[in-house]
Amino acid sequence: MLIRVKLFAAMRDLTGDEVAKVELPDGATVGDLRRELGKQLPLARSLLLRSAIAVNHDVAEADRVLAPTDECAVIPPVSGG
Amino acid sequence: MFRLTRDAIDYHALTESARAPHCGAVVLFLGTVRDLTGEHVTAFLEYEAYAPMAEKKLAEIEAEARRRWPVGEIAIVHRLGRLEVGEVSVAVAVSCPHRAAAFDACRYVIDTLKELVPIWKKENAPDGTGEWVHQSAKPGAP
Repeated sequence: MLIRVKLFAAMRDLTGDEVAKVELPDGATVGDLRRELGKQLPLARSLLLRSAIAVNHDVAEADRVLAPTDECAVIPPVSGG
Repeated sequence: MFRLTRDAIDYHALTESARAPHCGAVVLFLGTVRDLTGEHVTAFLEYEAYAPMAEKKLAEIEAEARRRWPVGEIAIVHRLGRLEVGEVSVAVAVSCPHRAAAFDACRYVIDTLKELVPIWKKENAPDGTGEWVHQSAKPGAP
């Protein structure tokens, strides 16, 4: 399945793209997605380690199983306010 | 009530919207753009949000504040886009029957917003360089 992952702030600037497209086998988890993102986006790897992964607008644990319709995003440390 | 906006925040109107007949206390918090962070001079800030998630988290924060305190009204607005020094980036107005709860609830809302809501700021210096601020103790929104 193809998962589209939204990228924001420095994550987007480092990768030069607002969306990362990641091909994953059926049954893949958030942890699998994180590993694949690390391979695809080497320049953003250290920020990725400090970032959360959101699925459908909530932060997701590594063992969460992904569906092709899930909306995924990398959430770097936030700095609103 | 919560809102993300690219327009200047009318915090007088926002405060009025938080007033309620049974509430004897209204607390307003304003976050404003500071000219100096440590030794770094800020020329202007840019704010960006993951809007649908930010709105979901703001709704959860409002609901939790209402669960914990006898809140009459809550109004939360966060600005996005380019902000100059001195401009208001965020406003939180909370009314309660008495002041202690109003202060506590307002503090909870702004502290939790800063911890959990996916909004990011980029500090732009006078020399034209800019840097996203990603230094929260916790990664992202736990």
